[in-house]
Amino acid sequence: MQFPVLSVIVFTPMVAALILLLMKPERKTEIRVTALAAATFALILSLWVYFTYDKSLAGYQFQEQYNWMPSLGIGLHWGVDGISTPLILLTGVVMFTGVLISWGIDDRPREFFAFLFILASGVLGVFAALDLFQLFFFYEIAVFPMYLLIAIWGWIKTREYAAMKLTLYLFIGSVISLVGALAMFWAVRDFTGTLTFDMLKMQDAIQAGAFDRMVTFFGKEIPFQVFWFPFVFLGFAVLGGIFPFHNWSPDGHVAAPTAVSMFHAGVLMKLGAFAALRVGIMLLPEGAVHWKSWIMIMALINVVYGAFIAFVQTDFKYVIGFSSVSHMGLVMLGFSTLTEKGLIGSGVQMFSHGVMTALFFAVVGMVYDRAHTREIPKLGGMAKVLTWPAIGFIIGGLVSMGMPGLSGFVAEFPIFMGVWERLPIVAIVAVISIVVTAGYIMLVIRRVFFGEMPSEFEGHIGPINVLDKVAIGVLCAIMILLGLFPSLMVPMVQTGVQSILRLLGGA
Amino acid sequence: MDFISSHLLTLILFFPVLAGTIIVLLPRDDVKLIRWTALIASLIPFVLSVWLWIQFRLGEPGFQFEEQYTWYAALNSTFHVGVDGLSLTMVLLTTLLTPLAILASFSITDKVKAYMFLFLMLETGMLGVFMSLDLLIFFVFWEIGLVPMYFLINQWGSANRNYASLKFMIYTMGGSLGLLLATQLLGVLFQTYDLPVLYQKWNALEGTLMGLPVATIKTVAFWAFVVAFAIKVPVWPFHTWLPDAHTEAPTAGSMILAGVLLKLGAYGFLRLVLPLYPAESERFAGALAFLAVAAIVFGAFASYGQTDFKRLVAYSSVNHMGFVLLGIAAAAKAAGTMNAHIAMSGAVLQMFNHGLSAAGMFFLVGVIYERTHTRNLNDFGGLFPLVPVYGSILIFTSMASLGLPGLNGFVSEFLVVRGAWPVLTVYTAIAMLGLLFTGAYILKGIKNVLHGPLNEHWAHGEHKLTEINTREIIVMAPLMVLILVIGIWPMWILDVINKAVTMLF
Repeated sequence: MQFPVLSVIVFTPMVAALILLLMKPERKTEIRVTALAAATFALILSLWVYFTYDKSLAGYQFQEQYNWMPSLGIGLHWGVDGISTPLILLTGVVMFTGVLISWGIDDRPREFFAFLFILASGVLGVFAALDLFQLFFFYEIAVFPMYLLIAIWGWIKTREYAAMKLTLYLFIGSVISLVGALAMFWAVRDFTGTLTFDMLKMQDAIQAGAFDRMVTFFGKEIPFQVFWFPFVFLGFAVLGGIFPFHNWSPDGHVAAPTAVSMFHAGVLMKLGAFAALRVGIMLLPEGAVHWKSWIMIMALINVVYGAFIAFVQTDFKYVIGFSSVSHMGLVMLGFSTLTEKGLIGSGVQMFSHGVMTALFFAVVGMVYDRAHTREIPKLGGMAKVLTWPAIGFIIGGLVSMGMPGLSGFVAEFPIFMGVWERLPIVAIVAVISIVVTAGYIMLVIRRVFFGEMPSEFEGHIGPINVLDKVAIGVLCAIMILLGLFPSLMVPMVQTGVQSILRLLGGA
Repeated sequence: MDFISSHLLTLILFFPVLAGTIIVLLPRDDVKLIRWTALIASLIPFVLSVWLWIQFRLGEPGFQFEEQYTWYAALNSTFHVGVDGLSLTMVLLTTLLTPLAILASFSITDKVKAYMFLFLMLETGMLGVFMSLDLLIFFVFWEIGLVPMYFLINQWGSANRNYASLKFMIYTMGGSLGLLLATQLLGVLFQTYDLPVLYQKWNALEGTLMGLPVATIKTVAFWAFVVAFAIKVPVWPFHTWLPDAHTEAPTAGSMILAGVLLKLGAYGFLRLVLPLYPAESERFAGALAFLAVAAIVFGAFASYGQTDFKRLVAYSSVNHMGFVLLGIAAAAKAAGTMNAHIAMSGAVLQMFNHGLSAAGMFFLVGVIYERTHTRNLNDFGGLFPLVPVYGSILIFTSMASLGLPGLNGFVSEFLVVRGAWPVLTVYTAIAMLGLLFTGAYILKGIKNVLHGPLNEHWAHGEHKLTEINTREIIVMAPLMVLILVIGIWPMWILDVINKAVTMLF
């Protein structure tokens, strides 16, 4: 039998969390080393999956199938395709770097790392799930620890508000999706007579016509897919930060401790986008075709409005928080094109934005830990001591403004091409965000890292340690490599996109 | 040896950034080592491009030394580089000016490592634009060059650097949005970014597109390209970023900015606008000529009105680059004729010449600024007796800028005017009047610095002005030699340009 690599990846953080909880809370160093070991192991496995995924075969690979609740048609079905494999790698990277930069957490590190790992486990579980119920199960596992992580370790001023807001938003979103998912489940049962949550089997049934029915809504006959698509897609897209449901995200980002912000913006938001793609678009392709222009408009607002809002923030972390809203809008924009180019761009953008924003939040955390303020006007001259974070932030900033030669360009360019194929005017409006992004990024770089250091900081700003440097170096290297050599990732994403396009039937 | 000749372009292109990476790994405190590594590293691309020049087969149509590698397969974009006579000239200019600028930066003492790294990265960015034969790669290098320049101005510039650097960045990025969109449009239409293919397919395109006639789309796309390049050239009225950026940039930054970066815009006209939009270029040649003449006249007036020496030189760039655009407009109007070839050859030679003289002028401004810490023309006066060598060099370079016969500027401006006269008579006539003011502002600069009553402040004590030193003379020497050689015997370079122009336009 093949090595069950996906199960091992998903459950590694979970097991590590249990081990951590069994350790003595005062042995902080051992706890940290254990956490790092588990994260490194998961990273190595995710690299292995990434580089052994066979692009020529495409499709779902590393599949594993186990019974779970057979009477309800629920199973554990693991498998990854060209879209989810990069996201598995992303999670591995963010987990590894997140542990590195959280080394200094002194308040209950045992519980902190344990919750962080449960979160990671949930995220990985969603990316690798091929069973709809299993996907929801891990989705909730990912959302729940977030509440505790923010409420306990977060920024004291807003943590309770933000944690509550985030949790409510995401739970409501997922419940709405769940309703849609159950409707799909019953429709499939009516058609085939079997109970199954297995998404591959559901897809077969859908191709055979399981969803060719009408829903009666206030006396009107609406095609099944058209009716349910908005529920399923938007329910998940809330977590992807789609306008007008993005409101929880900047608050959540800002209140969260550094490693959690990294996870939150870097991986968790991808979870929403990914689930919206996997469940919304792939199971309800005709609905997607019907609603694509609406999604495109919402995403366009994300992109442009998010950039303008980021521009006017004075809190360093809020700038990054809103920039994530803007960049996740690009992912949604790519989805809404339903073209090969647009979807490839979205796939790469999910990865690229994850790495970039993890780096951003890591740097913001490093600055905040030393200056104890995030008010941009009060900061300045940080590059003198924090050289690595400054360079990291500059590279991340260039990625975010889509500078060619870095991963952001590789992702954004095809998204724009996809939009051109659909609605050229949207592409023309969306490029405004590039200049606005360039403006706020450059201003933030200058105000925080250059210029005069305020006198109260002189001598109080300590350098970062070698673990932080490793984290920054890894994240920067990924963005540069991907930018210079798009072929490291694009062909893989392309295989995933082609199978989506087959579901869409060339629509 | 075989490897070198078959990968000559990529070697020239990537050597600087490779050397830059090595410099990053050098010890931070060994400033001397960093400086010399950077200088020697930048000389190697120069040697290679001289070899390229020698190996170049004159009169052969199409691109030479082509190399093509897969890059972004999903978008059908390949890493495709190659040179013809036009790009060859620009590559030589870039690789010549970079070592000189690095030598000029030996007086930089702050964050030398980062400075040299950015400088070498800038060289790669500029060379990439001149070499790329793939529209997407062109755009990649076009944008990459912005980053090092931004930080060079922002970190090593003078007092108002924050404003100037951000303005430079936003202006240029904003300008290239149209280019980005037009690039995407072409990519979506033809599923390829390869320039030789695009030339044919785009020109052959007819009918309607997205519900609009192709001619309309082409017109819009034409202006999108033109605005992006016009900002970089810069053409009036898009020039307002330039005086700020030039004035605030460190000396070597200004040298490269004026010497090479402005040429990127003009090169964009030659490589993309004219071949992709021959019909539109012809139709709007009058408008381009109008902008060119406005740049020449207003540039000259503005320059005359300055009291800051560096700003004066900065505006002179607007004035001189106006001639490049005038030549381009004339060539667009009369494509395929003798006049067009003359005007175009003049424009390309003017690009090269302005690169030499503007770099020289900015360096000379930097030399005196380093000693006096002022650029205000009214603070100088009568300095010639104090610094006769510097004074002579300044007069010589100014004369080249003024277009004195026997020096390089005259040759190219004469060719532009000769070619443009029959095609765009009125505009050319006005431009000639503008030339009068070119003389005026240059003489004003010389007069206020070197002649008139001596400002005693600089003659004695701790303020005593010191003569230009050997390192600085070494920076100027190659420029002066080339200025003189091209002025007296331009055929060696004009031949390369002319053959390329004749084949292309």
